[in-house]
Amino acid sequence: MLCDNCKERDAVVHLTRIVDNAVTQLHLCEKCAAAKGVETTLSVPQHPLGDILQAVQQQASTTSEDAAACAFCGATARDFRASGRLGCPHCYDAMERSLRELLRRLHGSSRHVGQRYEAPVAHLVDKPDTLHDLRDRLRRAVESEQFEVAAELRDRIKALETEPV
Amino acid sequence: MSAPRSGLDLSLLPDGGVRWLDASGPHSDVVISTRIRLARNVSGYAFTARAREGERLRMLAQVRDALVGVPSLSSSLLLRLEDLPVVDRQLLHERHLVSKELAGLDPQHPVRSGAAVFLGESVGLLVNEEDHLRLQALRSGFAVPQAFEGVNQLDRELGAQLPYAFHREFGFLTACPTNAGTGLRASVLIHLPGLVLTKEIGKVLAGLQQMGLTYRGLYGEGSEVVGNFFQLSNQTTLGRSEEELQDLLVRVVRHVIEREEEARRVLVRDAGYIIEDKLWRAYGTLRYARSVTFDEAMNYLSGVRLAVGLKLITGLSVYTLNKLLIFAQSAHLAHLEGKVLTESETNVARARYVRQVLVSEGGGVE
Repeated sequence: MLCDNCKERDAVVHLTRIVDNAVTQLHLCEKCAAAKGVETTLSVPQHPLGDILQAVQQQASTTSEDAAACAFCGATARDFRASGRLGCPHCYDAMERSLRELLRRLHGSSRHVGQRYEAPVAHLVDKPDTLHDLRDRLRRAVESEQFEVAAELRDRIKALETEPV
Repeated sequence: MSAPRSGLDLSLLPDGGVRWLDASGPHSDVVISTRIRLARNVSGYAFTARAREGERLRMLAQVRDALVGVPSLSSSLLLRLEDLPVVDRQLLHERHLVSKELAGLDPQHPVRSGAAVFLGESVGLLVNEEDHLRLQALRSGFAVPQAFEGVNQLDRELGAQLPYAFHREFGFLTACPTNAGTGLRASVLIHLPGLVLTKEIGKVLAGLQQMGLTYRGLYGEGSEVVGNFFQLSNQTTLGRSEEELQDLLVRVVRHVIEREEEARRVLVRDAGYIIEDKLWRAYGTLRYARSVTFDEAMNYLSGVRLAVGLKLITGLSVYTLNKLLIFAQSAHLAHLEGKVLTESETNVARARYVRQVLVSEGGGVE
């Protein structure tokens, strides 16, 4: 759809306005939106959640959690600030303090009071990692430059690969 | 079996995936449908966006194997979104069966490999969406407890077959922290022409935001408000129990329904013939126009729906109106015509379809 203002470029910013109880929609391209002073996610490189996280980290001085990469998937706080999404369930442990505060701001509480859950028994037993799991983790370790972890995984993979079947 | 062009045989969908349109639920003139969804992730995998293709496909395989022990989805239909042409994915989205993201309809997020949906009788399971698993139940009218019962049952069965990611303090873990905790999003699709016409809608929407609810346009996240249809849902998912979140939605929606009904009474009392004229013109246009855009159709249908609710128009059922809501959309029209349509062809097809339905199902209109 074309921009309502210039009618030349594609509309990428969609505004819903309720003024005097009339609901109107406005579709603008990036240029016209900027010209009209509309703040868009296109001009701000961070995800809105990223802004909140940054404020949280500064306030709670948990910037030490900023650089740390998640042991399982290698995602960092920086990744979260850019996308607004975490890398894996283990990220909640890696960034526990920052996330606790972020959750408090988002939901008014960080403590779950709903249904409890217990994983099925078969999965509670420590299953040996499959070759696939190890290879995925090796790839992620290399990508996030955790070379010691990567070396360990590489050795485990080698051991599994050379095992007589 | 199906038309050669289409990858999707609609007759395979459980009740065509449209049972919730039947207007059988409570307050179905004001509340069109209720949807409850639960977000879950499986331990041992990265979240979808970060997972590689291999991981996503393995997860899908694990889910499919697990469904053997899930009665709620026994004999469900599995659809692999990446195997479907865009028109079919659009069709599923138009029926409210899959989200825009899963269907890959957002230009910034093309369909992912491993994106799939299992469609059961009254529940569905999306796989490899923003979270690994999105469980959902869709019901006609204002039916929060019924919808929850269905999705909760699915959740218990599935959670006994797969290890969900669950944290002792933060609850169910999700890719986006806005869904953590219960992972529950309860929403209703509601029609509020009275409040819009009496210009009270702004106050009401602001009010419900203060109460912890949020609102969106007809088709969910990021869309505009069309045809006086609003989607109301809970804003937070953590710190309240599943029951509390549902109760909150139910209380607020009840209040909104009362406000809407009051607004309608005021309209009829203070502006009777003006409203009547406006609504009958809406009906007249739909009955005779030769080209109608989607937005126009939604707005006129809103008028006709209000007229039916006010009993100004009789001989037309809410079910017919619900059907028009869904089937007048682009992908549905393309499917009906059996080919891809340009925008102007779509508008002509829409007008023709609406005229036909109004004649065949609204023959007794007075």
